[in-house]
Amino acid sequence: MRETFTKGMARNIYYGGAVFFFLVLIGLTVDTVRSLPKTDNSENLTEQVAAGKRLWEVNNCIGCHTLLGEGAYFAPELGNAYTRYGESTEALKAFIKSRPVNGIPGRRSMPQFNFSEEQLEELAQFLKYVDGVKTARDWPPNIHG
Amino acid sequence: MKYESQAVAKLYFIASIGLFAGQIIFGVIMGMQYVIGDFLFPEIPFNVARMVHTNLLIVWLLFGFMGCAYFLVPEESERELYSPLLAKIMFWVFLVAGSLTVAGYLLVPYATLAEITMNDLLPTMGREFLEQPTITKIGIVVVVLSFLFNIGITILTGRKTVITLVLLTGLVGLAVFFLFSFYNPDNIVLDKYFWWFVVHLWVEGVWELIMASLLAYVLIKVTGVDREVIEKWLYIIIAMALISGLIGTGHHFYWIGTPDYWQWLGSIFSALEPIPFFMMTLFAFNVVNKRRRDHPNKVAVLWALGTAVMAFLGAGVWGFLHTLAPVNYYTHGTQITAAHGHMAFYGAYVMVVLTVISYAMPIINGRVAANQTAQKLEIISFWLMTISMVFITLFLTVAGFVQTYLQRYSDEPQPFMVVQDQLEMYYWGREVAGVAFLIGLILYIYSFFAKGKEVEAIKD
Repeated sequence: MRETFTKGMARNIYYGGAVFFFLVLIGLTVDTVRSLPKTDNSENLTEQVAAGKRLWEVNNCIGCHTLLGEGAYFAPELGNAYTRYGESTEALKAFIKSRPVNGIPGRRSMPQFNFSEEQLEELAQFLKYVDGVKTARDWPPNIHG
Repeated sequence: MKYESQAVAKLYFIASIGLFAGQIIFGVIMGMQYVIGDFLFPEIPFNVARMVHTNLLIVWLLFGFMGCAYFLVPEESERELYSPLLAKIMFWVFLVAGSLTVAGYLLVPYATLAEITMNDLLPTMGREFLEQPTITKIGIVVVVLSFLFNIGITILTGRKTVITLVLLTGLVGLAVFFLFSFYNPDNIVLDKYFWWFVVHLWVEGVWELIMASLLAYVLIKVTGVDREVIEKWLYIIIAMALISGLIGTGHHFYWIGTPDYWQWLGSIFSALEPIPFFMMTLFAFNVVNKRRRDHPNKVAVLWALGTAVMAFLGAGVWGFLHTLAPVNYYTHGTQITAAHGHMAFYGAYVMVVLTVISYAMPIINGRVAANQTAQKLEIISFWLMTISMVFITLFLTVAGFVQTYLQRYSDEPQPFMVVQDQLEMYYWGREVAGVAFLIGLILYIYSFFAKGKEVEAIKD
């Protein structure tokens, strides 16, 4: 770099740029949070759904699955699982309930979590709620997630 | 070693390398589970192996960053570390807390771990990379704050250099943004939005400050190039990192229920994110070419150049590959993401820590550089690990392209598991490359114990 571009100038670009774009990020964050109620399906965020989210978390479902594309890539996307299972919470519950304890020889298998009926309902309601989030361009691209 | 207290870094480096080995072993286990689905099931389900793999990475990089800081801060500040004792105590606190957490992942079901650690009081568990029990998270905050206090006083009461101030800024940012891990709303969109304030603003924000300052420090030491020149580069690199990376966070806000304008903002700004990494490559090669001395620690120079190149490829090129919204619409959450994640973490953060370790460890042990045999072995391990990582990335990239096409783009999209079965060949390739990486790592560890002809000290 030539002498005409001094260390002082580089430093000013750093401080100026960092502060400016950090403030922009804060501004955009305020705007995003304000506009979320239009898309985030919060009208259907019941206590049952919140309990389902907690179950989702404490069983580390994200360790295998993606949810709206984020998570691990070992098992199917679940952001649209409710739609994929024919908009049936019963079908989702039946799948989770029927996982074999010792897995399936040679194949990937979901563990058997021994959920109670109440917990199964909470999880299914959580997945239904996430499916109701209005994502841009209705992501994922198709039913397979 | 100019200051006695720099030696405290050794503990941190040893722990780093040990946990790194653990991380890779679990990586190889997961790679096997991708091809033999019931491997170690139900004893170690995939999600547990993944949690151990990613959490060990985060913890050993934190150990690594702290070790690097403890080594370079006294020398840059021209004074002893404020409290070597505090550094030692916090080392053991962090090691015990980290080990107990990993043992918890492996020994009891995750839900039981949540119960034992009273997750209900302040639920923070079960989100990707932030799986640690709340109590562990609090422990991390305590350890990081003590560390910041320790190096902060050392830096602010000693000679202030651009390197130490940038490093301190990066480390303070690391601590501040980690606090978002305690915010876990029931609203999934809000949860995801602020989760990225930890994950993105770490790895595509403040960690880049840490990385650039560490690299600049080693380059000053091994090339003897004028500090003024290096500091100018450092400022402009981190300026570009933050200018592109802050709004670049938007590339995570395309499909999670956030407003559409993020598709434009995220695409434009994250398209600029390769620039700082490209500049880092120019910078590293430039100063090495202009070097005023030939440092006897050849392998540290190799690591420094390797870091710049691999960070540019992994974070820059592979990031750009899927960052534009119209592309990401199809690739989001596929093996493409995994490919990028692997090479970016290795190239940027793993390699920069290994660069400093390579430079600092011989000095802590009272030599200017490791003996000739040890350096040769370390150079072989550098190439073995780096080339293996290139292959891991290539196999995952091909798997990701095929997956994206079959599952999302073709006229007749196929279900997830049907597609996964067709990727088996690439996953085998990745597993073989993973084993090669592990062999490289074993060789790397062995190189610290190799005996050989000592190198001669430099004459300035």
